Amino acid sequence: MRLREVWKGAKERDISRMKSLLKFITCGSVDDGKSTLIGHMLYDAKLIFADQEKALELDSKIGSREGKIDYSLLLDGLMAEREQGITIDVAYRYFTTEKRSFIVADTPGHEEYTRNMAVGASFADVAVILVDATQGMLIQTRRHIRICSLMGIKHFVFAINKMDLVHYDKNIYDKISRDIKRFVGEFDVDSIKMIPVSATEGDNVTKHSFKMLWYQEETLLEYLEDIELINFSKQEEFLMAVQRVSRPNHNFRGFQGQINAGEVSVGDDIIVLPSGEHAKVSGIYVTDQEVKTAQMGQPVTIQLDSEIDISRGCVICKNTSMKVTGIFTSKLFWMDEEALIPGRNYWIKLGTKILPAAVMNIKYKIDVNSGEQIPAEHIYKNELAVCDVILSEKCAVDIFDHNKDLGSFIFINRVSNMTSACGTVMHTLRRSDNLVWHETDITKKIRSEQKNQKTRTVWFTGLSGSGKSTLANELEKQLVAMGRHTMLLDGDNIRMGLNKNLGFTEVDRVENIRRIAEVAKLMNDAGLIVLTAFISPYEKDRENAREIIGDDFFEVYVSTSLEECERRDVKGLYKKARNGEIPNFTGITSPYEVPKSPNLIIDTKEITLDDAVSLLIEKLEENERNNV
Amino acid sequence: MRELTHLEQLEAEAIYIMREVAAECEKPVMLYSIGKDSSVMLHLAMKAFYPEKPPFPFLHIDTTWKFKEMITFRDETAKKLGIEMLVYTNMDGVKQGINPFNHGSAYTDIMKTQALKQALDMYGFTAAFGGGRRDEEKSRAKERVFSFRNAQHAWDPKNQRPEMWRLYNTKVNKGESIRVFPLSNWTEKDIWQYIRQENIDIVPLYYAKERPVVYRDGNIIMVDDDRMKLNSGEKIEMKKVRFRTLGCYPLTGGVESKADTLDAIIEETLQAITSERTSRVIDHEAAGSMERRKREGYF
Repeated sequence: MRLREVWKGAKERDISRMKSLLKFITCGSVDDGKSTLIGHMLYDAKLIFADQEKALELDSKIGSREGKIDYSLLLDGLMAEREQGITIDVAYRYFTTEKRSFIVADTPGHEEYTRNMAVGASFADVAVILVDATQGMLIQTRRHIRICSLMGIKHFVFAINKMDLVHYDKNIYDKISRDIKRFVGEFDVDSIKMIPVSATEGDNVTKHSFKMLWYQEETLLEYLEDIELINFSKQEEFLMAVQRVSRPNHNFRGFQGQINAGEVSVGDDIIVLPSGEHAKVSGIYVTDQEVKTAQMGQPVTIQLDSEIDISRGCVICKNTSMKVTGIFTSKLFWMDEEALIPGRNYWIKLGTKILPAAVMNIKYKIDVNSGEQIPAEHIYKNELAVCDVILSEKCAVDIFDHNKDLGSFIFINRVSNMTSACGTVMHTLRRSDNLVWHETDITKKIRSEQKNQKTRTVWFTGLSGSGKSTLANELEKQLVAMGRHTMLLDGDNIRMGLNKNLGFTEVDRVENIRRIAEVAKLMNDAGLIVLTAFISPYEKDRENAREIIGDDFFEVYVSTSLEECERRDVKGLYKKARNGEIPNFTGITSPYEVPKSPNLIIDTKEITLDDAVSLLIEKLEENERNNV
Repeated sequence: MRELTHLEQLEAEAIYIMREVAAECEKPVMLYSIGKDSSVMLHLAMKAFYPEKPPFPFLHIDTTWKFKEMITFRDETAKKLGIEMLVYTNMDGVKQGINPFNHGSAYTDIMKTQALKQALDMYGFTAAFGGGRRDEEKSRAKERVFSFRNAQHAWDPKNQRPEMWRLYNTKVNKGESIRVFPLSNWTEKDIWQYIRQENIDIVPLYYAKERPVVYRDGNIIMVDDDRMKLNSGEKIEMKKVRFRTLGCYPLTGGVESKADTLDAIIEETLQAITSERTSRVIDHEAAGSMERRKREGYF
């Protein structure tokens, strides 16, 4: 009966009073006990649904540490994690107390999964960082503080955990607190709090500890219930990145987005960035309700009084400090297995805008422990660096400290589509700011990646009339349709120009092939896929071409028989050769040396053109995978 | 300026996600399961694009074993809102006579998982919204809002793309597709509170009413049509029951309840002593079963 009354009270409060939402992250080094802490918080607060509790006790018995309830099993959801006993990805948990709704991102401590920890940090307003009292601050602890700060967290709570293992000793707690304060001093934080806890025993998690009477301040849960996050007295100017343009009919044109800062009202004068054009707000909808005024955080559709050019990625604002720029300095956290190479082209997503961008220059790496600035050529996974970024066009950019939404970005690898990095804008730059490109030259790899492809020279060899040119032509059409960048070299564009001084003697034929191979190589270096269609009858010449072109060489032997070629005789050349009108004609009066180990053999009598092209594409892709 | 309530924040987040997908993904679709989460998601979609209709179709995977009231509700909702509702059934499975009584987990695989893959492939959808919530189950708690599936529609939980701030990366590789969960951060309670706040229509099965049921393996199963065969010893009883989740009627356990108003349902939810998915029979099979099925392509 008493329980029922409690629930009834809770229900009334729940329905009548809407609460605020606090998103926090828990992090710290491996085995600091993050999952256990949150598990215990939920358990103590009786916030676990009964059958999950049952499952927990059951799971605990099967794979437990000493038969006690293992609270971390509540959070470590993936099978791989349970088997390894570590947390590899962020787990989100939800609970409500009388005062607040909470979302907890429980994040991995293991170094290999630092990027998953950064995901949790980007989501949170408060960081609860666990420090093992038996170990003090570790490398990972420092790294996590740095990353939380990079991702924009301004409120830090340090739970000095495992106090039970150090006999609840105040001196140890004090020493660790001093170390932390000294370390955090260099960051821009709004609040910092220390709490001595034991996650397994429950001291100061939700209940005050009788073992640490020297600590009389809030428990962890109490602190999280009361912490104030937003300073509403600070007046921010209106800003909104346009997500999409809504045009259901000719009479309605609205710009949809979620307001990033400030307030907007009907009748306000606004500026559109990057164009700088002005207009007046003529209508505002918050979702499906027409309103006079809307504020930060609300999803809106805004109508303007004039037909100015606005598309996704533009920013609508009032008087703003935002800059329109193509270059800025940023902090970058690298998350990809493939290292960052200056000059390489990536997609950048900045606000709601996606465009090509590159890192011009790595200014320095930041050592995650000491904060020391180290010169660097490349940035590897889990490293932090300060870099100058150049965009392919100017757009509206804000400083991260000023606006989190419009001052943050991700880099996307243009080949793998992986989210390679995330970053924050420190300050914008002008072209006149004496910028220098990083010393790294633009290489073949960078050129081909810019074109989203692997370079190849597909070398078709075979008798006259075997179908080389037809195949090369069709393959090129297919590649272009797939968005690739190609060049076809054949008799028409080589013999008429570059090689017009060459005849058909053996010396000239050797020189002909040599020049074609050199041109193909240059074009490969330019990042192109090259297709060549020449009889190239001598093994020695093809070997020479292979040597010049290198790994990109992909030999296709068009093996259509002499009989069939002669039957086709498209250009009437076989007839002339048989009549002795053409000297040195391959197959008739001059030999054709069959390739010993071509990458692919195609007999155009046996296979249709469509099938041959499909086969070529398939083999090329296979070759790409095996020959990266 | 004021602090938004937590429901306003959740609503704004879901709408932001939907607009991002509409703007960036080539061919999106919203899965519609007729349940309360789908009803909330549909409602949010109507609000997100207003006065425009949602710029994508809706898709219901019909196993042919849904409650009759669900199908009626689906058709009426689509008509009332003027949205495009695609319905897909794995006819191959129907021909083979696959049913929930005789085929157990194979039934779920063939009529739900396979059917969904077939439908997505047939229409060539590159992104599909689902109403999954992270509070439902432990492996869901770790899934990103934008969750990638390979050409076989499988999920690789160990290699999820990092998702930073609200900067969703929607670029897909050849053959890949995305599942998008705009309700990721909602809890069951949030869903009910929002339904109440917004006055959203839901299938009447959620409200307690006298219904013909049998007790089977600790579950209360409603006898929705004569395809339901009784085992020896079972008898049909009229009980006041309601359903906390909706699916195929032979696989959906009801709860005895007097809650026949929204407020009563919310009160019951607040007092909930069993978490929601308990009433889905398939989830009991083994610890980790949900993750395993998702790796195989279950939504």
